[in-house]
Amino acid sequence: MKIGVVTFPGTLDDRDAARAVRHAGGEAVSLWHNDADLHGVDAVILPGGFSYGDYLRCGAISRFSPVMEPIIDAANGGMPLLGICNGFQVLAEAHLIPGALTRNHELHFLCRDQKLTIENTNTAWTSSFTQGQEILIPLKNGEGAYMCDDETLAMLEGEGRIIARYVGENPNGSRNLIAGITNERGNVVGLMPHPEHAIDSLTGPSADGLAFFTSVLKAMVK
Amino acid sequence: MSLDTVAIAKANPETTQPFAELGLKPDEYASIKEILGRRPTSSELAMYSVMWSEHCSYKSSKVHLKQFGEKAVKTDALLVGIGENAGVVDVGQGYAVTFKIESHNHPSFIEPYQGAATGVGGIVRDILTMGARPIAVMDPLRFGPADAADTRRVLPGIIAGVGGYGNCLGLPNIGGEVVFDETYLGNPLVNALCVGVMKHSDIKLAKAAGAGNLVVLYGAKTGGDGIGGVSVLASETFESKGPAKRPAVQVGDPFVEKVLIECSLEIFAEDLVVGIQDLGGAGLSCATSELASGGSGGMKVQLDKVPLRDPSLSPEEILMSESQERMCAIVEPSKIARFLEICEKWDVTVTVIGEVTDGKHLEITWNGELIVDVPPRTVAHDGPVYQRPFAQPAYIDQVAKEVINVPIPTTPDEIKSTVLKLAATPNLADKSWVTDQYDRYVQGNSIQSQPDDSGMVRIDEKTHLGVAVATDANANWSYLNPYEGAKLALAEAARNIATAGAKPLAVTNCLNFGSPEDPGVMWQFAESVRGLADGCLEMGLPVTGGNVSFYNQTGAVAILPTPVIGVLGVIDDVRTRTPMSFDRAGLDLYLLGETANDLAGSEWAYMHKQRGGVAPIADLQREMRLIDLLVAGRTKKIFTAAHDLSQGGLAATLTEMVLRYNTGATIQLENVGLSLLSETPGRVVVAIDPAQAASLSQEAAAQRIVLTKIGITGGDALVINGASIGLDELRRAHTETFPKLFG
Repeated sequence: MKIGVVTFPGTLDDRDAARAVRHAGGEAVSLWHNDADLHGVDAVILPGGFSYGDYLRCGAISRFSPVMEPIIDAANGGMPLLGICNGFQVLAEAHLIPGALTRNHELHFLCRDQKLTIENTNTAWTSSFTQGQEILIPLKNGEGAYMCDDETLAMLEGEGRIIARYVGENPNGSRNLIAGITNERGNVVGLMPHPEHAIDSLTGPSADGLAFFTSVLKAMVK
Repeated sequence: MSLDTVAIAKANPETTQPFAELGLKPDEYASIKEILGRRPTSSELAMYSVMWSEHCSYKSSKVHLKQFGEKAVKTDALLVGIGENAGVVDVGQGYAVTFKIESHNHPSFIEPYQGAATGVGGIVRDILTMGARPIAVMDPLRFGPADAADTRRVLPGIIAGVGGYGNCLGLPNIGGEVVFDETYLGNPLVNALCVGVMKHSDIKLAKAAGAGNLVVLYGAKTGGDGIGGVSVLASETFESKGPAKRPAVQVGDPFVEKVLIECSLEIFAEDLVVGIQDLGGAGLSCATSELASGGSGGMKVQLDKVPLRDPSLSPEEILMSESQERMCAIVEPSKIARFLEICEKWDVTVTVIGEVTDGKHLEITWNGELIVDVPPRTVAHDGPVYQRPFAQPAYIDQVAKEVINVPIPTTPDEIKSTVLKLAATPNLADKSWVTDQYDRYVQGNSIQSQPDDSGMVRIDEKTHLGVAVATDANANWSYLNPYEGAKLALAEAARNIATAGAKPLAVTNCLNFGSPEDPGVMWQFAESVRGLADGCLEMGLPVTGGNVSFYNQTGAVAILPTPVIGVLGVIDDVRTRTPMSFDRAGLDLYLLGETANDLAGSEWAYMHKQRGGVAPIADLQREMRLIDLLVAGRTKKIFTAAHDLSQGGLAATLTEMVLRYNTGATIQLENVGLSLLSETPGRVVVAIDPAQAASLSQEAAAQRIVLTKIGITGGDALVINGASIGLDELRRAHTETFPKLFG
């Protein structure tokens, strides 16, 4: 099972995402932003970081990288695609998922261990969890407040497309405590917190994040 | 302004030059003329003025710093010593680690965000320049009183700047300090430390060897920012008069630096450079003269080839510009094509600006005209050396006579209120408001970070080899006794490495002081250096490099002498580290080390506005035995947790331990008030499974460390001699301070 991990200029968590893939039992394949080929991967991760320095808007420039064309095509065809943090922002800019990520309500970068509940286990990236499972993984971002209009919010809620929600105090001002959402088909997931930083309790607050990566490997076997 | 060339300088020897405005003293100007045998051109004057500034030349500190060489420890661990961009130590398994601290104090006062951000950027480039991948940063910070208006101006900007730059580079921030004191009002200290790792074979040096090799400038384009920043900002105190100095602060672009790091590491991996130097303070003046004097001695540079962000810059300004995110490499002609290809891959601007020559001259031309012709060593290394007068200031004897008179709690109510006050005081309060603005997870190798005693990162995923770093200074003690203060800071940093079970290996430092022109300040500096050099020799720890920051004062008021000491340690298996606290009931708590009446310089005394008394005397032999005990406690699996005692004494240590994993403790102390408040150095609290009691006694006896059982873990309160403080109440006191002040 080959999972591509994209590096844009300014991507930071690419090596962490690749490590998480390997820990889950997959093969991580490095994809370069300027490369319009997916090298036969079965799924793709857009990792966290500050691609293009977050200039203009987070994700706004990366969205136009050559590698995004085949990624968008493949995702529309059902390929599993996970955008973490900055990757979530790229997904929103590419309109693969609805809404936008805006500045944290307290207006500064926030890094902390964050409790989430998993609310949808039917996506390519969450099937290894149990419905309602509470997990603890790092959250670290400056622009993590999920925003959308009321109609979109009602649709996301109605269709069960909110895959994870923050537990407790709202860390960044996201609507309805949204930490992650999926597309209609359930193959594309955008997630603000960082599961790749929680693959063992030695370097992370828990090993809870690993299940995102085992989920996709399981999904691809099916 | 017309171009001033070497030919014009020769023809017009009597031209008046603005050397004083550039910070040069008349005798310094005279010696430049003597070196050159003529007056300098305006470009040469610019180069000498920045390179001979206090910040670049260490002219006031050199005579003292040489003790680090004279008293150097004989060790095979030191692969690269003082003099290069950063020292490099062998940590085993073929790995080498480089680490260094630098100050960016003055720029951060003027422009908090950019000053702090470029402080991080500069130290990261120093580490990168050694050939290493930067793997972590730390930032010891000091501010005026927490509730002062100016602290509210500078602190949020400095924190955001450290985070904004470091986060964007993908470097975990694994620790540091936040300390408040009146003397830092108007002169905050922003020190930044970076750690990098490489294989032994990948070490790079700043030398331009091999005639015919190319001088390559790559990274950001050169702009007008930071012109004269080094000489104007770092070498003068802030006065109310004089021109606005804002434009002299550099502006950073962390995205460009992140790309520069990855691009450089790819270049290093293919072994494409002979020598390399980053452009930091003094920009191209520094890089070209240091590379040339570190190599075969000659270099020709075509300055008009330097890519500019602002085409109106004069040659003098280009030479002095401190635009960030630039590197200068020496590349063999056969390797230049591949070098350019990698730069293109990363969209990094790259330009060949000159070549290495056989001669002894650094020659710089501007559109074909020779504007600089100097022996590079005279610029880079042969700057002025001052024997500044120094004398013990009068206050030293006065404060030694003062007797500390502070309330000592005895009743349960007094104990409770004392512990709560200490938990909440800004110097000891929870720093999450600060550290939550830093990414501590990126790279996936962070084992420990704030609020642990030290930062720890794994450097090999297969063997689990790791390094730990701690920085410490106790300016209150250094004020009372700078010689002992430096030794005590060294001991504390080493102890903070050892509580996790890592073995201290090497030392770096950032020496922050007032004006060297004040004999009292110079004495504080001299004593601190002597103490640190003696301490390192006694503890067998090599000094790998450091940084001196003078002129940290506002008017006549100098900051407290603040030597920040960084210690690097190694741990063979990060999985076996001893955590700083416990998460279960039924463990026994012991105090390692004896408690004396050491309230002088303590946080409790400071909170009662008492600065006097006699500082403790460092017992480094005992500290080394304690370190051996702490390392043995880990390897023999005796300890469940270990946490250092420092500012705030046992009260602060217990507060931090019970709150860390929300597990209480019941403590019984003799002479409870003093036991809680005294800051006697060389003490650690350990938690052990009761079954380990005999092993602990045996190890402590072997190291002649006094062992006292002080309590047991468990419950939802910290109970001290019957005074019960609920963990929720204690947590509120500890965590509310920062959000209330700055949130």
